[in-house]
Amino acid sequence: MEQRYYQAGVETMPREELRKLQNEKLRKQVEHVYRSVPYYRALMDEKGLTPGDIGGVEDLYKLPFLSKSDLRETYPYGMLAVPLSDCVRIHSTSGTTGKRVIAYYTQHDIDLWEECCARAIVAAGGSKDDVVQVCYGYGLFTGGSGLHGGAHKVGALTLPMSSGNTDRQIQFMMDLKSTIICCTPSYAAYIGETLREKGYKPSDNTLKAGIFGAEPWTEEMRRDIEKSLGIKAYDIYGLTETSGPGVAFECSEQHGMHINEDHFVAEIIDPDTGEVLPDGEKGELVFTSLDKEAFPLLRYRTRDICVLDRTPCPCGRTHVRMAKPMGRSDDMLIIRGVNVFPSQIETVLINEGYAPNYRIEVDRVNNSDTLDVFVELSPDQFSDTVGAITTMEKKLSAAITGILGIHPTVHLVAPKSIERSEGKAKRVVDKRKLHD
Amino acid sequence: MAIKQLSVFVENKRGGLVRITDLLAGHGINLSALSIADTKDFGILRLIVDDTEKAREALEANGVLVKVNEVVGIEIPDRTGELSRALSVLDDEGINVEYLYAFLSAGGTGAYVVLRVEDNATAESALTSAGFRTVTERDVRK
Repeated sequence: MEQRYYQAGVETMPREELRKLQNEKLRKQVEHVYRSVPYYRALMDEKGLTPGDIGGVEDLYKLPFLSKSDLRETYPYGMLAVPLSDCVRIHSTSGTTGKRVIAYYTQHDIDLWEECCARAIVAAGGSKDDVVQVCYGYGLFTGGSGLHGGAHKVGALTLPMSSGNTDRQIQFMMDLKSTIICCTPSYAAYIGETLREKGYKPSDNTLKAGIFGAEPWTEEMRRDIEKSLGIKAYDIYGLTETSGPGVAFECSEQHGMHINEDHFVAEIIDPDTGEVLPDGEKGELVFTSLDKEAFPLLRYRTRDICVLDRTPCPCGRTHVRMAKPMGRSDDMLIIRGVNVFPSQIETVLINEGYAPNYRIEVDRVNNSDTLDVFVELSPDQFSDTVGAITTMEKKLSAAITGILGIHPTVHLVAPKSIERSEGKAKRVVDKRKLHD
Repeated sequence: MAIKQLSVFVENKRGGLVRITDLLAGHGINLSALSIADTKDFGILRLIVDDTEKAREALEANGVLVKVNEVVGIEIPDRTGELSRALSVLDDEGINVEYLYAFLSAGGTGAYVVLRVEDNATAESALTSAGFRTVTERDVRK
């Protein structure tokens, strides 16, 4: 396959040259933050650090971490590093886990973010000849704006659909011959399901690729979406705190996401000790923004658990790849002392032939944790005997036990009885929190 | 002559059953026989109706899980021990009964029993040889 890049020079830059570029940018960035953000200056002063102590990426480990709680504490302006009059936009996290975090952007910040998204679109095979259907939510959420801006930079025809109204999504997809679709993987799965119900075959649409992110998803779900839409499904990664989607993206290899290292330096740390871990070890992903102006976070802890891969990629890009995160450490459930990621359960479901429509409920009964998994039964799985269905439940339960080491109660439920998501799917209900 | 039966997945929660019967009534479907197998989470409603295909379409269009399969119907005379005799015939043939349900025949001479077995043809011929009358869809709908 012929490789195309949006910014070939920097995307395929030799490693030594890239490191030099990162070092230069980092020195300037630390200086900028120290001078403009009193909150971070105080953290550095506490450690006896001055900008002069950070000569380059190899000194990064000396700098203090930032986490979501710092951003909440400094809400709304405490992390702003330029005068408000230099900012042109804000975006915000959903705020489901507490106070919202607000991120600020100068025009320069918007441009670099959109360029990152443009790289992702070109890596997925996009060009000015494509029709890009953006069905991420628009508004405070970064998904819609990011991919929309990226598609503009590429010069593609952009359909600013936002999320929801699936019938209209399908009508535009068919009538305007969309070739690339961007949304959350759970919404992509739902669109695929709806197309099938309407009697469309995967070959009836003109889509060739999808760029999916904003929530953790599994390889099994990727195959499912690729089959139901007849496309190649690419992962994209980002978070509002670092700008939005496009911090990392998949190339045609579909084997890890290239981190845009000319803008962001990634580290993997032990989430308990904060120690930097060697390449290839699993830990928490930490990002340092190298050239954002308004909201330049240094060593921001993402809570995402993953692994970095520095082996050369056949696509020619030299930037490090991150594996699909297993999930945000915030999403990790501790059930009877065992760490459980919802994505592990999703993998089992799809491998056992179920659709990825499920709900996980965790509760505490008589001081013991319970795990209930609700999964939709499909028409071809339904049988008229109770025995056949309870056997299916037992088999699925055993398969999950095999992976997690804890025994769930599986409930097969009617199709469509589990709520569909047009944005980020809410699949876990932890009732234990209600008892605390 | 096997009888067509509808099996419907019903979640074990309030309003689950009435939703199905309402849907069928709304489409002018008349029920001839029914039985329910229930578990903690769900039930399977088994129905014999006057228009199986129409009922299936109506339920599927509303996202209900439905399966149509064929079951064996026989008439059991109103005498002590007749059901046992029928079941012994099947047992002797090595035929396993997954489930059965019974209802009174319209004529009032006995009961109709609906049997779900692996192999309908073998069960029917064994029962007929033993003197039982198999029941057709027309009998059931009387």
